[in-house]
Amino acid sequence: MPYTLTVNGQSKTVDVPADTPLLWVLRDVLDMKGTKFGCGIAQCGACTVHINGSATRSCITPISTAANKAVTTVEGLSADGTHPVQRAWVQTDVPQCGYCQAGQMMSAAALLAKTPKPTDAQIDSAMNGNLCRCGTYLRIRKAIHLAATLTTNPNSGAGNAAL
Amino acid sequence: MNKTQLDRRSFLRVTSLAGGGVALGLLSLSEADAQGPGAAKGGPGGAPAAPPVAPMNFIEIAADGSVTIVAKNPDVGQGIRTMLPMLIADEMDADWSKVTVKMVDFDGTKYQPQQFAGGSLGTPQNWLPMRQVGAAARAMIVTAAAQTWNVPEAQITTANGRVMHAASNKSAHYGEIAAKMATLPVPATASLKLKDPAQFTIIGKSQIAKELPQIVTGKPIFGIDKTMPGMLYAVYEKGPVFWAKVASHNLDEIKKMPGVKHAFVVDRPDFQPNIINGDPGLEPGIAIVADYWFQANAARKALKVTWNEGKFSGPAHSSTVYATNAAAMVKEEPHDVTRNDGDVTKSFADLKANGGKVVVGNYSYPLISHAPLEPQNCTAHFHDGKLELWSNSQIPGSGVTLAAAACELQPAQVTLHMLRGGGGFGRRLTNDYCAEAGYIAKQIGVPVKLLWTREDDMSHDYYRPGGWQFITGGVDKTGKLVAWQNKFATFGQKNDPNANQGKGKGPAARVTTVTAANMGGTEWPQPFVENFAIHTYVQPLAVRTGSLRAPSSNVFGFVIQSFIDELAHAAGKDPVQFRLDILANPKAAPQLAGGFGGGGFNAERATAVVKKVAEMSNWGKTKLPKGRALGVAFHFSHQGYLAEVADVTVNNKKVKVNKVWVAGDVGSTIINPSAAENMVQGAIIDGMGAMMGQEITLVNGRVQQKNFDTHPLLRLVNAPPAIEIAWVKSNNAPTGLGEPSMPPILPAIANAIYSATGDRVRDLPFKKSGYSWA
Repeated sequence: MPYTLTVNGQSKTVDVPADTPLLWVLRDVLDMKGTKFGCGIAQCGACTVHINGSATRSCITPISTAANKAVTTVEGLSADGTHPVQRAWVQTDVPQCGYCQAGQMMSAAALLAKTPKPTDAQIDSAMNGNLCRCGTYLRIRKAIHLAATLTTNPNSGAGNAAL
Repeated sequence: MNKTQLDRRSFLRVTSLAGGGVALGLLSLSEADAQGPGAAKGGPGGAPAAPPVAPMNFIEIAADGSVTIVAKNPDVGQGIRTMLPMLIADEMDADWSKVTVKMVDFDGTKYQPQQFAGGSLGTPQNWLPMRQVGAAARAMIVTAAAQTWNVPEAQITTANGRVMHAASNKSAHYGEIAAKMATLPVPATASLKLKDPAQFTIIGKSQIAKELPQIVTGKPIFGIDKTMPGMLYAVYEKGPVFWAKVASHNLDEIKKMPGVKHAFVVDRPDFQPNIINGDPGLEPGIAIVADYWFQANAARKALKVTWNEGKFSGPAHSSTVYATNAAAMVKEEPHDVTRNDGDVTKSFADLKANGGKVVVGNYSYPLISHAPLEPQNCTAHFHDGKLELWSNSQIPGSGVTLAAAACELQPAQVTLHMLRGGGGFGRRLTNDYCAEAGYIAKQIGVPVKLLWTREDDMSHDYYRPGGWQFITGGVDKTGKLVAWQNKFATFGQKNDPNANQGKGKGPAARVTTVTAANMGGTEWPQPFVENFAIHTYVQPLAVRTGSLRAPSSNVFGFVIQSFIDELAHAAGKDPVQFRLDILANPKAAPQLAGGFGGGGFNAERATAVVKKVAEMSNWGKTKLPKGRALGVAFHFSHQGYLAEVADVTVNNKKVKVNKVWVAGDVGSTIINPSAAENMVQGAIIDGMGAMMGQEITLVNGRVQQKNFDTHPLLRLVNAPPAIEIAWVKSNNAPTGLGEPSMPPILPAIANAIYSATGDRVRDLPFKKSGYSWA
């Protein structure tokens, strides 16, 4: 049956079975490939999106649950990479393969939206559902601290890819 | 492109581009050979000359001065698509900030060294040839400018994408002379002058990966992201054991399910060999193809299939049985005498009689899964009698071969487009997904994306082989290591007339081990112990095995460096000093070459990294509280020397890694320091995950772990707060880093746990001994 949801500010209607995971609606029906498939059972966090602002694993979220809600994906952070989390990820040179990083950034953005200056313990707690097979965790911690400074001062470091 | 010039003294091609640009290409090795002496009459030994190939481009300089550089190798996160262009760009003095990196298709005749991501070989294979490409470009830039301005070449300088003549105050960007370059012959390889490392402006400086802007904005750059008009999605159901064949099914029902377009059985000939080696190719199964992947996957869940299971089934193929067999078979005559230096039996007897110490340590390690985060996938389209593949294979040439075999095509009929891989770790050195996707595409004739589930990936891997090592070592009363005997139980076939290992001493002295399960016999400390023996024992295994990051070394490092620690404590020596003492006393007998971990070992380089890591970690000089200790280990593999110290707190078997220090020697130059640091930190974290929790077990040939809940990766909360890295830059050409940085962390932590608690953990993963992360 048809479901309507808001994806990155745009209203979308899709006609899929009620139990279709949001992940596959995004990836294959709406052709938004930024959100990744890693495990299918909410173990890895690669599929993390925001639903009404909360970090959510889209691989186990049926479309019926996401209907009439606001979904934000990595494409919705910013198309040009100017969101503080995206800038911090580039400046810190976080990714190796990069496959998990959309999910990592969505978890980080949700954390920073609620906790603008997170402690190490708050970062560890908020990010613990996101696996990185390449092991970039130290840089993820560092980038979140950097993003916290960019949030409060949007001009600092914009476009500056210094290491 | 409208013109090609081929200089017969060079390995480069020059081609002019439309609009006044220029392109430079590297000839294949066979083509370059064909240009050598006697080329016209054929290659060495009278072989026919390599056929001419179409020009390919490594560098394109457009008329506007923009530079595009080809990155020919697959990138699965190791950063090669940034690193290889850095080598070219530096030598040609390009403006790195304006360099665009271009991915290319697999083409074994155009691109050399081979397009391949494995064995930490990307750096050593490409360090020289890629720099030569850049140096040739620079030489042509200089010549073109000198001719244009009518000034001597010796007075021309280049920097940042510009060429200059100071005396006449002339200057141009490279695009302005590109058309002139296209008219020049390519300089002979022997005439090329490479930069002195002190002149590097891009190499040795941290460069952010060129793909980063695409990654952080979610652009569709990975294999899984590939789409095409009219593309369908496929799943492929295989049996519960290797090479099970479909006996009965309900495909008539499946074909009626929503979105399902095709559902069919893939039958294959019986699997004949007694052991599974290499990449056996397309397995039997059932393909379901639908409009969307979630439809194919939903249909798959409704499958009712029974399977005919072959010889890789039954109670004998269970992990508990394998372990029992291993303990029993090492009491037999050796299946293979892999190494026998001196006389270990006599040495142990002498030590017992003369105040020495003899130590026994029985080690084990399980099968584990690669589990790159992007599940296996491949997009394929069979049209006009040819097969096109889009894949993130680490070895695309083998993907072409395997898919061609599955589709009964010639490799020349298969094209492979390379896409970024979400991790590899060796899993994508095998190409079963290419064979499956190709086969399905050939049946249906429209573009199709095959995508595995995580459960498919974990239960149909080419696992890191498990094994058992029953080691006896002896130190004399002065604390010197004098004897080492390893009874090594692994997987394979004994009494094999076509064995890949063995010295042929009698019918039982030849074995074939399964892929990545052998011991070369040259691993450290072989070259330093007078009496040294390895006896190999094998039994069949029901699943495929393959190379996983630092193959062999990822377990040999743990076993050898843990057992060395046991010997150090038995000898009453400091673990760092004990290692240094061994390294200072090579035995007279020359070591054999061979393996990723043995041949070419250099004691001075190993000594330097051990000393460096001891200095960094303040080894032996820090008083730590009860339950907290440092542990040290080093390992040599893939031409790299890495020593690591872990600072570990243990409380009631809850482990916290407080800090890790790493000292590494991978040659004279760290090409991209930021990427290198990232990779080493990741290797530590990867190793910690394998150490604590990863284990694939079999019951009746069936893999028991299917996802990250039962085969866990390390999580962020357990990552050490700091991993500090120092490079010992030796006078050697740069070598790879992804693999050698991983093995030492497991024994470093194990040795720290021993020093903190007195408990020696000899079995991987540590959770089997009751350990978990604090």
